[in-house]
Amino acid sequence: MGMTVTEKILAEHAGLDYVEPGQLINARLDLVLGNDITAPVAIGEFKKLGLKRVFDTEKVVLVPDHFTPNKDIKSAEQAKVLREFAREFKIKNYFEVGRMGIEHCLLPEAGLVLPGDVVIGADSHTCTYGALGAFATGVGSTDMAAGMATGEAWFKVPESIRFIYHGKMLPWVGGKDLILYTIGKIGVDGARYRAMEFTGEVIENLSMDGRFTMANMAIEAGGKNGIIMADNITKEYVKKRARREYKIFTSDEDARYAEIIDFNVGDIEPQVAFPHLPEKTRSVRQAGKVLIDQVVIGSCTNGRMEDLRVAARVLKGKQVHKEVRLIIIPGTQDIFRQAIREGLVEIFLDAKAVFSTPTCGPCLGGHMGILAAGERAVATTNRNFVGRMGHPESEVYLANPAVAAASAVAGRIAAPEEVAGDGI
Amino acid sequence: MEFNGKAWKFGDDVDTDAIIPARYLNTSDPRELALHCMEDADALFSQKINKGDIIVAGKNFGCGSSREHAPIAIKAAGISCVIACSFARIFYRNSINIGLPIFECDEAREIQTGDIIEVNAVTGEIKNHTQKKKYRAVPFPDFMRSIIDAGGLMPYVARKIKE
Ligand code: SF4
Repeated sequence: MGMTVTEKILAEHAGLDYVEPGQLINARLDLVLGNDITAPVAIGEFKKLGLKRVFDTEKVVLVPDHFTPNKDIKSAEQAKVLREFAREFKIKNYFEVGRMGIEHCLLPEAGLVLPGDVVIGADSHTCTYGALGAFATGVGSTDMAAGMATGEAWFKVPESIRFIYHGKMLPWVGGKDLILYTIGKIGVDGARYRAMEFTGEVIENLSMDGRFTMANMAIEAGGKNGIIMADNITKEYVKKRARREYKIFTSDEDARYAEIIDFNVGDIEPQVAFPHLPEKTRSVRQAGKVLIDQVVIGSCTNGRMEDLRVAARVLKGKQVHKEVRLIIIPGTQDIFRQAIREGLVEIFLDAKAVFSTPTCGPCLGGHMGILAAGERAVATTNRNFVGRMGHPESEVYLANPAVAAASAVAGRIAAPEEVAGDGI
Repeated sequence: MEFNGKAWKFGDDVDTDAIIPARYLNTSDPRELALHCMEDADALFSQKINKGDIIVAGKNFGCGSSREHAPIAIKAAGISCVIACSFARIFYRNSINIGLPIFECDEAREIQTGDIIEVNAVTGEIKNHTQKKKYRAVPFPDFMRSIIDAGGLMPYVARKIKE
């Protein structure tokens, strides 16, 4: 019996020739990640062990990105815990403000995650790195602490669901729409405990940025990991970045899947997930008249170059609606700089958008754009739970960057072609 | 080990933002987190409950973020255990790691707020004294039992490092 790409990566890291779903294994870790919310708890646990060192000073990554640049005194104290720990334990990959970016944009960009890796992160969207053909999954702070100490973690080998996307994508449709549509079909626990393997001609032709967006939201269907087999597009992406060897794994023809689900993407229009779950999707044309107060373009889901380019294409020569605040947040410093170089920031400012330093910020209702009671936002982020972006009586609608930008101009949820024509 | 308490019932897909909203995550102090436990699902929850009470929920409890602050807030609020039809993966793992007892039981749907519940952690038997019914929770795999028996993941790792 063959193995899936997820099973192969886990087997290799457990020192086994073969694993099967349900098997409990202990796997070697290539990277352990934490941020300014989760790492302070992990550091507290780690210190209880009384160890003098982490398992590998190059394989622990600390990114203060959620409440930074520090939003208040409490956040400053938490960020300080990371900084001091990084100094004391000589953590090579600590990213201070100014070098920092949203962790899941930053790590791939910095070449820290490579195909075939096993990565745990004390952040649920660690699954983003599956876009590189790695096994990456979110864990809690205690798992992170144990990982920093031992360089290992236990896993139950997940069953895999194979998603096949074929056909031709409609205008203004991107990775965000494919994944929102998928979650809409299978539900927020449709892939609970399972690996989501994204395949098919559409995925093979999808950009890295689009792939990151898809793998990022695997957790929104309850998935343990999302994964896309590494190919030439992946290799091209990691070529300039990798500073160590990596290995590409692919699923066997006779690998076993719990389910195989086929989508014709020609049926998928730009999607909007209504409050308060990512599964409450509709096509943007069926959204009805939803007036909005704010738009956020950014986050580890859609804060990359391609996302900013799409937003700029819609916003060029337009003005944000008078009753809407448009907040655009690049994922990393490099993306920030590139957006300046390409003239995108100029377009955003001309449109009367706010453009900020990288941070998670409003995505989790942290800072930089919190919603008041009764306010509505369209966001390119990944969660629209109750209170996610502020007041428990506020609402978040999830969409791709083109829909978000068009909505900012229209003052209500709007399809991109209403504002910018066919675009492509 | 046995847990006895009053049930507080929630629905399906209770997410980590409802369990502990991110706006309070600028601290990791369990006492402070406890004050905001379940706040966005039930604003007065932390004031209404008594020590030992039990949270009961539908499917996919704890979906969303990896924040360990969620099970920590529940434990620190004085909740003795959580019973749900199913749990989101990271929440499940975190609860075991920090020593919050959780029980997966499909019949949890029948339990109502105010029911007096007794849980036997070893056998997985759940008694609903109010409705005079018995349910059975899914037992933990042996490996997880050994983490639970050690008192959580860190004591388990500490023991392994010494070996
Ligand atoms: S951008 Fe949002 S979802 Fe992504 S890591 Fe930050 S808070 Fe989490």
